Amino acid sequence: MSSAIRCRGLVKTFPGKPPVEAVRGLELDVRVGECFGLLGPNGAGKTTTIEILEGLSAPTAGEVEVLGRTWRAHADELRERIGVTLQDTRFTDKLTVEETLRLFGSFYARGRSVEQALAEVELGEKRKSWVVNLSGGQRQRLAVACALVGEPELLFLDEPTTGLDPQSRRQLWDVVRKLKHGGRTVLLTTHYMDEAEKLCERVAIVDHGRVIALGSPAELIRSLGGDHVVEFSFEGPGGAGGAETELARLAGVRAARAEADGFALTVGEPHVTIPALLAHAEATGSALARLATRQASLEDVFVTLTGRHLRDA
Amino acid sequence: MLDRHPFFQLFAARLRELAREPGVLFWIFGFPLMLAIGLGFAFRGEQAVIVDVAVLDGPRAAECAAALPADLGFRASVLDAEHAARALRLGKVALVVVPGDAAEASPEFRFDPARPESRLARALVHDALERAAGRVDRVTPRAAPVTEPGSRYIDFLIPGLLGMNIMSGGMWGIGYAIVDMRSKKLLKRLAATPMKRVHFLAAFLATRLVLVLVEMVLLLLFGWLVYDLEPRGSLAGIAGLCVLGACAFASLGLLTATRTAKTEVVGGLINLVMLPMFVVSGVFFSSDRFPEFVQPIVRALPLTALNDALRAAVLEGASLSEQGPRLLVLAAWGVVSFVLALRLFRWS
Repeated sequence: MSSAIRCRGLVKTFPGKPPVEAVRGLELDVRVGECFGLLGPNGAGKTTTIEILEGLSAPTAGEVEVLGRTWRAHADELRERIGVTLQDTRFTDKLTVEETLRLFGSFYARGRSVEQALAEVELGEKRKSWVVNLSGGQRQRLAVACALVGEPELLFLDEPTTGLDPQSRRQLWDVVRKLKHGGRTVLLTTHYMDEAEKLCERVAIVDHGRVIALGSPAELIRSLGGDHVVEFSFEGPGGAGGAETELARLAGVRAARAEADGFALTVGEPHVTIPALLAHAEATGSALARLATRQASLEDVFVTLTGRHLRDA
Repeated sequence: MLDRHPFFQLFAARLRELAREPGVLFWIFGFPLMLAIGLGFAFRGEQAVIVDVAVLDGPRAAECAAALPADLGFRASVLDAEHAARALRLGKVALVVVPGDAAEASPEFRFDPARPESRLARALVHDALERAAGRVDRVTPRAAPVTEPGSRYIDFLIPGLLGMNIMSGGMWGIGYAIVDMRSKKLLKRLAATPMKRVHFLAAFLATRLVLVLVEMVLLLLFGWLVYDLEPRGSLAGIAGLCVLGACAFASLGLLTATRTAKTEVVGGLINLVMLPMFVVSGVFFSSDRFPEFVQPIVRALPLTALNDALRAAVLEGASLSEQGPRLLVLAAWGVVSFVLALRLFRWS
């Protein structure tokens, strides 16, 4: 068995007026032992998808196989073999970290010790603290620990770092990176492109309930045709109308797009494009107000595919 | 090992959660005791009845007021027409006496016949005026005041408070607590584990049973130590009633918690279920006071059945086998609510 998760033609429609088609024919193959990311803006159908995979809701149509089993036939077995963190679970305020973990551990036939789970998420020193006294990052690590106490083969993390401060996010990333060791499969959803790039071996970009791109972060970025992005803007009210098509013809430019506050060019070699851009500015009599180059990211992939940014899609 | 069993862990978690919430403990244990103390004090039996009467000012007012002396329990004040009417309206006096005059020898009584204390005042004042006018009593009954345990208001009250507490404990302790867990997505999180649903429900019920038995012991002990009320029925029988009542109201609580994820909604639902029973099911006064045609409904309510059964056991020593119909009513509410709740229940 090489597939940890396999779904075909997954559809979920919520009844209503009008009905909400949250997932529309999603296909997914997650390999055993990889960390796989579902990346997409809010409302793309990520949470709906992951909750179907976790057995918490039934699909309207489509096939789902988890660890080679189906929820219909093997629900009890599957619940023993997976671990789950939901988006924003609030554990009982006045239980301690240790008590909460012991409670969750008691549900599993082959549980690991509370100690191990605490160590894995680096929450050992908070073991006697009430949940209500934990910070946001500590609570999220407790949620991960609760998902780990059953020694799962497959771990689902739904938006694990949403709402956390930068330091807590990095701490959680460290935890997640360690989880991948030991052949465990991790499926996480996120709307942060940097999170997907740093943690996931493969990423499916999801939009409007479908997978619109699939591959490793490097592959996806390579599909843009260039690894770099040149961002700039002109002084004054310049750059209207045909500017985009003109810019696309500059040397080394693979794609050009207008942004809210200027332009972004996807380029293979910045040292070829930038002189051409400066010459273009001089020839048209406009001055550059801002010029920056950076590595292309999954954000650029998403923008290229949908014309929208992840954060405001 | 026992302490690794999921039922035990769920049960312990629930007890810890309650024990660490002082406010919750007060509502469970302190509040009914405070009610018992407060109401027992307000309605203590040895207090003499005082009849407040206004005598309308006029030539014979003083003479009339003198016929209503304080040692017979009257508190008569002479007021002018305006003040007398106002005192009657505000309930400061139960009756206004307009003394007779030259034209009309008999006095006039002004009162609201719907007020029991006004009707009582009318009879007592009439009696006193008759005597003052020279009536000779032919019958003088001997008074033998009853202050024996078993027939005072506090005796009526304590089983009622126990019943009320069993109801509100079941509704809030199960209904509200479960919706709270749903609103925090904790129910959904538990549904994603291999936790057996029966362990979850059993842990909630076991918590209720423990609390109910503690409440029972506290209230009965309080009645015994402070008011000398010794239960006539067996403690085991009373405990059995409490357990049955707790199960019935736990099921009803579960039923209110089947769908909603909003604690405000379940709070409203719980009040909707409980308020009518607070009024009609005989917590503070007997449910027999309601008209005959509503009695079948009143008696079919679970709290009426529980209160009547508790009173029969505590005050009259009735055994469980003598209370078949009441037990049936409770069991029916419990079973029907539980089956419905299991069918409707949502984890997310």
